[in-house]
Amino acid sequence: MIAFIIRRLIGVVVVLFAISVLTFLIFFAIPGVDPTRSLAGRNPTPETVAAVKHEFGLDRPLPIRYALMMKRLFISRDLVSYGNQALKVVPAITAAAPVTFSLIIGAAIIWAVLGITIGVLAVVARGTILDPLIMVLALIGISMPVFWLGEVANLLTQDRLHDTIIFSWVPPLGYVPFTQNPWQWFLHLIIPWITLSILYIGFYARVLRANMLDVSNEDYVRTARAKGLAERDVLLKHILRNSLITVVSLFGLDFGVLVAGGALLTEVVFGLPGVGFLTWQSFQSLDLPMIMATVLYGAFFITIANAVVDVIYAALDPRIRLA
Amino acid sequence: MAEFAYEPEPEVVLAPGESIQEISGKSPWRLAGRRLLRNRSAMASLAIFLAIVAVSFGAPIYSNYIAHTEWKSPNISGTTVVDGKRVEVIQQGGGKLGLGEIPIGPTWRTNYLVGADQQGRDVMARVLYGGRASLQIGIWSAVLCCAIALVLAMLAGFYRRWSDSVLSRTMDLIWAFPVYLLAISLATVLLTKPNGLQWGPIHVVSSSLWVPTVIIAVVYVPYVFRPVRGQVLSIREKEYVEAATAAGASNRRLMFSEILPNVLTTVIVMLPLMIATTVLTEAALSFLGIGVQEPQASWGTIIDDGQGLLYTRPLVAIVPGIMIVLVVLSLNVFGDGLRDALDPRAKVR
Repeated sequence: MIAFIIRRLIGVVVVLFAISVLTFLIFFAIPGVDPTRSLAGRNPTPETVAAVKHEFGLDRPLPIRYALMMKRLFISRDLVSYGNQALKVVPAITAAAPVTFSLIIGAAIIWAVLGITIGVLAVVARGTILDPLIMVLALIGISMPVFWLGEVANLLTQDRLHDTIIFSWVPPLGYVPFTQNPWQWFLHLIIPWITLSILYIGFYARVLRANMLDVSNEDYVRTARAKGLAERDVLLKHILRNSLITVVSLFGLDFGVLVAGGALLTEVVFGLPGVGFLTWQSFQSLDLPMIMATVLYGAFFITIANAVVDVIYAALDPRIRLA
Repeated sequence: MAEFAYEPEPEVVLAPGESIQEISGKSPWRLAGRRLLRNRSAMASLAIFLAIVAVSFGAPIYSNYIAHTEWKSPNISGTTVVDGKRVEVIQQGGGKLGLGEIPIGPTWRTNYLVGADQQGRDVMARVLYGGRASLQIGIWSAVLCCAIALVLAMLAGFYRRWSDSVLSRTMDLIWAFPVYLLAISLATVLLTKPNGLQWGPIHVVSSSLWVPTVIIAVVYVPYVFRPVRGQVLSIREKEYVEAATAAGASNRRLMFSEILPNVLTTVIVMLPLMIATTVLTEAALSFLGIGVQEPQASWGTIIDDGQGLLYTRPLVAIVPGIMIVLVVLSLNVFGDGLRDALDPRAKVR
């Protein structure tokens, strides 16, 4: 087990290094991109350009620039935004992270509960009109662009139906920190949570239904029925339990992707100042260090999350350790 | 022990409602075609998709001969005729205070069917032109992505050793990036150059649709590469490949005549689902302002335009969204049908 963890850890370090190099190259080495253009402001004098270049180390060779960038990003953590020189990149991300986590954790709870419930419901209702109906609804949920759904939700809850009793409780767009006012935090996030989770509810319901139908052909399910278990026990204890394995691993991956930047569109539409919103703001002003930092943050998070999932799996299933 | 490994012949799999007599003696492709044609929901969704494609590519006909309206350049001081009366496209005195300017709402006539956007352009005409761009990007990037992934997967799976490790590690690396962030990074860098891209003899203007097309194709390559590579690896070990090798087949023959036809079905099944994904991605990038660039329009950019008018003229944002939902939904249903037809045993995604 320890050998497996060490091997996985070395793999993570290698991938993280490669990711940081690739990100750096995308932003600073693709021909024709001149970071000083966005750095020195509009119509800079040659002196300003030279000074800015020197300050950010842009007059040095690429490998040294890479090393400098990484040092300022991870060791001294004083990399500043190109747009607003008083804004430090790393603290800005740490300040935005709780917003992103608030959004995603809430949505994840909703989609896990509803996705599983609806998937099971579809299996129970198999053979009736309800099953295809549920699956069509799930498919529609998967097919809607999340930012568009968010806008429609805003239209209804902020404007058209805001004065009716159903949505009069919806606060204006924005975010209230949990530490400041938990109730307002909750109210502000309900609509974003639902919007973000709809896609995943549809997706999980479909995956779970398909898995359960697959598992229900297994021999041990026949055995369970043969030994006289109640249908309810067969469904929940034998079929559902084994079908959940895929869903759990999907859940880990989706959660990772969302934290890593997948929630960007939802954050933008609902004006939630999370990491995705920060990324969006910084690419509107072409703030390269900030974009690079948020992209790196995302990629690092995914890589580490994947490694953690692998280790947990290995702990649960010895066969993986030896592979 | 391996030489004694015996894989039983797969049982004949019947799709619901088929009998042995019906399918005997038919080639797999003909069989798949038959199954697909019988799948009513798949055929209906294919029809919806093709109808949207046809209407979108007929956008110039709509805007020139039916609506007679402007879709591309601003038309702020223009007028149009509704019920015999001449009205301004951008009307004064909108909003709660009566001071704002609001574009004309839905007329439900051929001109400005669903209203105008902030610049006085006909939204319906824009939706059709935008659909042309969205579909073009979606289809081409999915095709490009599958083609790149197929070639790379064949190289990795067939030659194995170092070509496999190099390709697989590279794909893992791209995989580690969240799709949207990678696309955003590339788009930020590639689209923001005032004079477009210049790579040797190739010059691409930044408003070219090829920029988002290539970006979207590249970010999804690992998603197609992984399953196809796995299949190539397993097919390479099959008896019929061994037999072909023993008969003296060249590598090229093995690749193109033995392995390629067998992995092609996987790629074909993935294609409609990939188009659905790329259409959604294009919309998201354009919505964020880093996909299709002015003066071109796409469904994503129109939704973005509609954001400012959301509470006054909601249809500007709603109509292109409905088009996206219809396209993605029909492709998903058709993709499911295609998979069932080509491989009735395959699991539902």
